[in-house]
Amino acid sequence: MSLFRTELRRLSKRRFTRYMTLLGLLVLAAVVVGVFFTNQKIDAGQLAQAERQADQQYQEQVRWSEQERAACEQAKTAGTATDGRYPDDCSMITAPSRDQIEASWFLPSTFDFKETFAETLIPFAAILALVGFVIGASFVGAEWSTGGMMNLLLWRPKRLTVLLTKLAALLTGILAVTLPAAVLWFAGFWAVANFRGSTEKMTSGVWQSFLLTGVRGVVLVLVLTTIGFALASLGRHTAMALGGVVAVMVVGQFGLGILLSMASVRFAEAWLLPTYALAWMTKTVTLQDWNSCNATYYGECKPATMDITWQQSSILLSVGVVVVLGAALWAMRRRDIS
Amino acid sequence: MPAVLEIEGLRKTYKSRRRGTRNALDGFDMRVDAGQVHGFLGPNGSGKTTTLRTLLGLIRPDGGRMALLGHEVPDALPTVAGQVGAIVESPQFFPHFTARDTLSLLAGAGEVPAVRVDEVLELVGLRDRSGERVKTYSLGMKQRLAVASALLKNPKLLILDEPANGLDPGGIREMRTLMRTLAESGMTVVLSSHILGEIQLICDSVTIISLGRRVAFGPVDEVLAQHSSGAVRIRLEAVSDLPLATETLTQAGIRVTGHPDHLMLAGVDKPASVTRLLAEKNLYVSELAPIAVDLESVFLELTATAPVPGQHRQVDESMKVGGTGQPGPAGGGWGA
Repeated sequence: MSLFRTELRRLSKRRFTRYMTLLGLLVLAAVVVGVFFTNQKIDAGQLAQAERQADQQYQEQVRWSEQERAACEQAKTAGTATDGRYPDDCSMITAPSRDQIEASWFLPSTFDFKETFAETLIPFAAILALVGFVIGASFVGAEWSTGGMMNLLLWRPKRLTVLLTKLAALLTGILAVTLPAAVLWFAGFWAVANFRGSTEKMTSGVWQSFLLTGVRGVVLVLVLTTIGFALASLGRHTAMALGGVVAVMVVGQFGLGILLSMASVRFAEAWLLPTYALAWMTKTVTLQDWNSCNATYYGECKPATMDITWQQSSILLSVGVVVVLGAALWAMRRRDIS
Repeated sequence: MPAVLEIEGLRKTYKSRRRGTRNALDGFDMRVDAGQVHGFLGPNGSGKTTTLRTLLGLIRPDGGRMALLGHEVPDALPTVAGQVGAIVESPQFFPHFTARDTLSLLAGAGEVPAVRVDEVLELVGLRDRSGERVKTYSLGMKQRLAVASALLKNPKLLILDEPANGLDPGGIREMRTLMRTLAESGMTVVLSSHILGEIQLICDSVTIISLGRRVAFGPVDEVLAQHSSGAVRIRLEAVSDLPLATETLTQAGIRVTGHPDHLMLAGVDKPASVTRLLAEKNLYVSELAPIAVDLESVFLELTATAPVPGQHRQVDESMKVGGTGQPGPAGGGWGA
């Protein structure tokens, strides 16, 4: 227990930890503030104004289509309608119906908590996962590269206990930041919705869904923190984790994406890690193959689809953690320390 | 006296596709008795640091037996780690923490009372600078901090690898006094150093390692005596008598090297026999001085690392134990 407490102290004493945490929290705060100032609460006057603008737009569309139809018939009579500008049957030129022009198009942006909040949990998790990854990598990487790990092992010769205790302290620290940040995130956007949008139609089911998405976000943060820690421990340097991520993202993801695209592979995104991170947060990501055509009863051509679910993502995340952390533990146990 | 540190037949082999196989430790033996200050000597790359790292569980040995404070290691390291303070090689600390933070975190990890931090800071002379970041410290100050970290546990066995490295002359003297004081208080100290004059002054016994094997060990006086060359310098009342003296002594089987005003004799068992031989020829000795051997010359002789004019000795060029005693590249000895 003393080692755990000591490692927590070490983590909180590190300037890098403090600065990165502060930076991450500032970015999150900036997102909330930005959303606050780019949204407005809609009153009855603005709604009526939007309806009027929609009516006006509809009238313009009707006028324009009548003009075009007349021009079409005129061109057809004159025999000049051969340049493909007009359809064969001029009666096809019609104005959209009134209900196709929505009043909401003419409203300023407003924050509907029920509709929008779940999306905000994705950048929340992504930013804190990045912070966790870098702090995790630096926490153990700096220990290795400055000789701190060797010093510690002279005091505590049980290598696996030392590494796992460090990881436990790190995850506790990250959790101690993430959980209050998540509460503030919920509260912040609730306030944004109250002052710059709407909190209507919130049911217990919606709250439960948000809560579960939030929990998945926290799990994603912890998983990436663990992977950053394990990679840096494996390479015995912070740069190993950061370099590894750059290599995976640049070579493994962008490069692979381009290659798959050139090879016209179906559902190429299914091979890319961000798809699974997104699926983990949104429960399902539906990929579409635009080169295929599935005819419907109504004669429409629908692309083939493939669902990536959060369950599939959970398997990938679990395997990733087990492999990378397992390798780090194996190396810690077997390799000489010099 | 019971042994505090025992090593028998320790082996460590490094295998590399490019460099091939090298024996960093090749059946190394060592024994340190309780309450001693023990010098652990060897040229660069001879296996000193590999030995210490292996002993402390940082490196996995390929064979042999080790025991600390009567417990077999590395299995019993968790049991004895609290009683063994060590610094291995150059001091390494997280540069952005202060000395006090560094020691406080170590004390926390080792469940040592916080008050001990102040005691060791006082002991190594860092009390007034303990609030400064380690990255601002000189090498000597880092060395003091390293010693402080090793002393933090109030260990029964203190292992120090080059503790005087980077220290100023005053610091070296303070370190010497500290070692002696610690030994007098019952602590056993193992000291690895290249400052052989210091070792000779401080240590009760020594182990000398070369190419991963022990080449000499025992009390300092005994090691010096074992490797004394029996050299004697003599001067005569009349310098003109030196040729006759040379002839007389050579006939008696003594190796003589002539100098303008004196003779150097080698292989002299009893200096009195020299005076008797010369007196029989009416040659009278004005000075007869046995040449005392020091640890440095013994070390250079045993490890065959004495500089040779015009030659640049490479790190691995050292004495092959059990060989001809000639310096030259041999398989083994890196990784220390």
